[in-house]
Amino acid sequence: MQDKIGILKKIQGIGASPGIAVGPAFVWDPRKPLVTRRPIREEDIEREKARFRDAVERAEGEITEILQDLPDELRAYGDVFQFHRLMLRDRMIHEQTVALIAQEKVCAEWALVRALDRVRELFLNIKDHYIRERIEDVEFAVERVIRILEGNGSEDPFNPEEPVIIVARDLSPEDTIRMKADKILAIATDMGSRTSHTAILARSIGIPAVVGLEHVSSAVESGQTLVVDGICGVVHIAPDELFLEVSRAKQARFIRRQLHIIHSSHLPAETEDGHRIKIKANIELIDEIPAVIANGAEGVGLLRTEYLYLAHKELPSEDLLFQTYREVAEKIAPYPVTIRTLDIGGDKFASHVHFAPEINPALGLRAIRLSLKEPELFRAQLRAILRASAFGDVRMLLPLVSGVQEIRTAKAHIEEIRNGLIRDGVPFDSGIKVGVMIEVPSAVLIADHLAQEADFFSIGTNDLIQYTLAIDRVNEHVAHLYNPLHPAVIRMLHQTVEAAHGAGIEISVCGEMAGEPLYVPLFVGFGVDELSMNPQAVPEIKRLIRLCRRDQCTSCVRDLLGAPSSKDIQEILGACISNHLQGEEDLVSWCPLS
Amino acid sequence: MKAQEDVVIPNRLGLHARPASRFALLASEFSSRICIQKAGEMVDGKSILEILTLASPRGTKLTIWAEGPDAQEAVENLAALVKSGFGEMDL
Repeated sequence: MQDKIGILKKIQGIGASPGIAVGPAFVWDPRKPLVTRRPIREEDIEREKARFRDAVERAEGEITEILQDLPDELRAYGDVFQFHRLMLRDRMIHEQTVALIAQEKVCAEWALVRALDRVRELFLNIKDHYIRERIEDVEFAVERVIRILEGNGSEDPFNPEEPVIIVARDLSPEDTIRMKADKILAIATDMGSRTSHTAILARSIGIPAVVGLEHVSSAVESGQTLVVDGICGVVHIAPDELFLEVSRAKQARFIRRQLHIIHSSHLPAETEDGHRIKIKANIELIDEIPAVIANGAEGVGLLRTEYLYLAHKELPSEDLLFQTYREVAEKIAPYPVTIRTLDIGGDKFASHVHFAPEINPALGLRAIRLSLKEPELFRAQLRAILRASAFGDVRMLLPLVSGVQEIRTAKAHIEEIRNGLIRDGVPFDSGIKVGVMIEVPSAVLIADHLAQEADFFSIGTNDLIQYTLAIDRVNEHVAHLYNPLHPAVIRMLHQTVEAAHGAGIEISVCGEMAGEPLYVPLFVGFGVDELSMNPQAVPEIKRLIRLCRRDQCTSCVRDLLGAPSSKDIQEILGACISNHLQGEEDLVSWCPLS
Repeated sequence: MKAQEDVVIPNRLGLHARPASRFALLASEFSSRICIQKAGEMVDGKSILEILTLASPRGTKLTIWAEGPDAQEAVENLAALVKSGFGEMDL
């Protein structure tokens, strides 16, 4: 295998997060706990049973903690952990282990692994592959108990003493949550694709990752030096000094490129032919404002306001809301902040307010519908936003609007509150703009009417795609059908932009699509006025817009509006980028031809 | 006291992980011994793993058995859970 610069071995996979890392491997294999059969004495049986019960209790405690700390984007995985918790109490695991400890006079670890073996045998005979695969969850749950029993629960592979490259068969959502960004140099896994959660997480914390390597976890040993090349999707195992040097040079070159992108992030996002697009950031917390400014965003295009309602048992007071919004407005000034009113269902409240559980919450009482049904809740937030508008450039955004009446009712509330503030001599911005989120198909179809009532539009692509395609993208059985480039979605976007501009109002896009490089020509071609995205995506999107020409993008968009399938649309967009984005140095050119 | 009731799995995905969890959790609230019978097989209704091994797709006929002080109530509640499609959306 040795080639001329002396690489012992290299494995090709899929580059899931760009960058180069050089460092020691840490091979993590949660499914093969090395358990040995340790006989115990008759008089130790009860103590061993107690040791097992304690470990289960601690494992349950850990799972409860994970569930509490689960970030929003991983909420959908909550069920998996609930399932793990149930497993640990299941008689096939729990009672079996306790029984085996006594019958065979063996240590708890061994008894537990034996119990797991029996369950595995039963599961392997199940024809339904979905149920058969649940054995993996049983294994994960059991492994947690074994780790505790072996007493090295404190030796956390995801928070090592020295930074390492994590090598694993696959990483569970839980593993990725536990990873400490400053201790993990890179990730290399056997499984996974560009869209698996490992890939998404690696990109969001900015570490290189290569996935789909098939057998890297068995080919690598802990402690071996690796080069993980997330640009070319390759892992080099124990290369020689010369290759390490070449890799470090490539690493430095990549970092320079990234720095260049960041350093040019203060430049406006203006196309070569002089069309300017405002680039803003989506945030939830005040702590994120430094990142907004550092990445060159021109304001906050979407301030999510759910946090204060979810974090406390009590509903937040108007004053707390006001102080928070005021601080954001002051810190982001002179740039504007668009504050979206509450966008959750009643079922999410941490407080004592209780709403009936719904069978289909995505179509239920949430967002503007909840606000209009609970006027006291809504008016406290409106008053807080209006009061904050005296301290900066504040705009207001109403989520999930599906008809003009909702805007009219909301505006009637706003009008009453304004009159009250004038009466009380409380300052506010009398010209405050009230915008509408376009995220349900009915809103798109009557966008011309809505545009008569709204000061601006903001398209929430995540929900718009979900409702247009009738796809719940966290449902693993249909997630593959969640397709932003479905011709129906493209038409929805186009129609909304046309309606906004027809009425002379501005239109912004604030869903995940706004921060994806592939869609830049689409939004430039449509003539969208503003894009709002995660702060980290801002520099790259601004750079790409500076490489575009509006007229060329318009012509690409004309072609793709006539395309019948998402595959055709994707090809047109791809060709548009490679043909028209002048000077775009494709990272592919950094990889040797294979 | 003994009770039993026949049910048919109504939800599209059948008795998979989430419905099985719900069944086992609800069954555990009763003190009676609870079993599920499918053709010749019989499993513990309080064990999610045993329920899963029944691998019952939509349309499977099951019998819920209970024996104990709250047998009647247990069977009624568990049968209602199954008939509701385990609260899953995609019936």
